[in-house]
Amino acid sequence: MSKVRVLVGTRKGAFVLESDGKRQKWDVSGPHFTGWEIYHMKGSPADPNRLYASQTSGWFGQIIQRSSDGGKTWETPGGGPTKSPQGWPMGESNKFVYDTTPETGKPLTTHQWYDGTQHPWEFKRVWHLEPSYTDPDAVYAGVEDAALFRSTDGAHTWQELPGLRGHGTGPKWQPGAGGMCLHTVILDRNDRGRIYIAISAAGAFRTDDGGKTWKPINRGLKSQYIPDPEAEVGHCVHHIAMNPSRPNVLFMQKHWDVMRSDDAGDTWHEVSGNLPTDFGFVIDVHAHEPDTIYVVPIKSDSEHFPLDGKLQVFRSRTGGNDWEPLTKGLPQRDCYVNVLRDAMAVDSLDKCGVYFGTTGGQVYASADAGDSWAPIVRDLPAVLSVEAQTLP
Amino acid sequence: MIRVVLPTHLRTLARVDGEITLVVRGEITQRSVLDALEARYPALRGTIRDHVTLKRRPFIRFFACEQDLSLEPPDAPLPDAVAKGVEPLLVVGAIAGG
Repeated sequence: MSKVRVLVGTRKGAFVLESDGKRQKWDVSGPHFTGWEIYHMKGSPADPNRLYASQTSGWFGQIIQRSSDGGKTWETPGGGPTKSPQGWPMGESNKFVYDTTPETGKPLTTHQWYDGTQHPWEFKRVWHLEPSYTDPDAVYAGVEDAALFRSTDGAHTWQELPGLRGHGTGPKWQPGAGGMCLHTVILDRNDRGRIYIAISAAGAFRTDDGGKTWKPINRGLKSQYIPDPEAEVGHCVHHIAMNPSRPNVLFMQKHWDVMRSDDAGDTWHEVSGNLPTDFGFVIDVHAHEPDTIYVVPIKSDSEHFPLDGKLQVFRSRTGGNDWEPLTKGLPQRDCYVNVLRDAMAVDSLDKCGVYFGTTGGQVYASADAGDSWAPIVRDLPAVLSVEAQTLP
Repeated sequence: MIRVVLPTHLRTLARVDGEITLVVRGEITQRSVLDALEARYPALRGTIRDHVTLKRRPFIRFFACEQDLSLEPPDAPLPDAVAKGVEPLLVVGAIAGG
C-alpha cells in the first residue's frame, strides 16, 4: 500500500509526518534542527528519500540540510568535522554569493527599498528549495534578497542563475512585508528549459532556456497599491501553483486577487469569483483534476486571519470563479491563524490528499480532496511550510 | 591548545558536546582561532562570520577573560590567558528575539 510523508517546516524546527494510504493514523518525528526556523523542506521526485531543508536563523545565518534516508538522519553537505587542523572545508552548502561577474550577467547591486531609494542586494535566507525531476543531486533555491540559485552536486555548492536579476527590471523590485523573497519555483517536468518563479514584490517570471534569460509574466495583474497598477513588475505575488499534467495553466494567489493563466503566464485573468475575500497566501491544485484548486481566504492585508474566526478552505472545481467553502473538521469559531504561502500541499494517491499548516501550529489533512479535514498535529510551532510526498 | 565555547545551536550544528579545543598555529587572534575552528568544523562556516567578507555576524559576540572582544580587530592578539589555554574564547549569540 502506498504511504504519505508530509514535511513540515516551523519557526522552531522541522517535523516529518508519515501515514499509510488511509491517512488516518500518523507517526510524527521531530523536532529536527530544534530552535531553528525551517523555511522549507522538499523531497526529490527522482529519489523520494533525498530531502533538502532550509534551516535559518537571524543569529547564525543560513544552513542547508540534506537527508538520504527520508528524514531519519541529516547532514550539512560537506560540513562534517575534518580530522586535522589543516583540513579545509569540503563543501560550502550554505554559501550563497550573488554573481556579479561581467561574463555571466550584468552586475546588479541595488533594488528598490521600502522608502523608494535604492538598496544593495543582501543575502538573508533560502525560502524555497525545488529539487529536479530527474536528478537527486540537482536542486534550485529561491532566496531573499530575491535571486535563484542552483546546485548540481547535492547542495555542496551553489551558483546563482544571474540572468534573472540581470534582465533589467531589478532596480524596480521591492520587498514586501516579509522581505524581498523569491518564494515560488516551479519546474516543468516535460520541458527542462522552462522554470516559473515568483517574487514578493516583483511578480512572476519565466525562463524557457534553463535560466539564462527571463521575462516578466505579469500582464493582466492589477495592483492598486503601486503607482502604475498594471506595471510590468512590482506586483506582490504570494504564490503560484500548477498541475504538472497541464504546465501551461497556472493559478496565482496575489496579495489581493486569485488569478489564472492559460498561456504559461503570458496573460492572466482574475478568477476570484464568489470568494468572500480574495486576499490570501496559499494556492494549490488537485493532483488529478487540473481544474480543482484550493485557497484559504484571509480577511485582509492587515488582519492576517480568517473571516469571522472561521477557518475555511475554498475549493473551485471549475478552475476558478465558482468556489465552495470546505469546513467539515475545521474550527468554525475563535480561529485567528494564518496559512502561509508555502504551507499547503497535495499528495497523488487515487483520492487526492490535501494538507495545510497554520501559524497556530496545526497541520490539517484531508484524505478526500477537501470534503473533510482532521488535524494530524495541533500544537507545533508556527508552520512555515508543508510539502507532501507519495511513497510506494 | 585553544579552548572555544560555542552557543548551543552551533554545538548542535558542529555535533560537539561542551568545550572545543583547537590547535592553532602562529599568533593567537580572532582570525586564526576562527580559521582553525572552521577548518575543523566546516559546517560552522558562514554561521559566525560572513563567508566572503569574514566580518562577524551582527548578532554574534566574542568574550574572554570577562572582556568583550567583539569590536577588537580580527588580527589583534587575544588575551594571554586564551593563548595559553587557561581561559576559553566564548562565542555568544546576542540575547534577543524569541
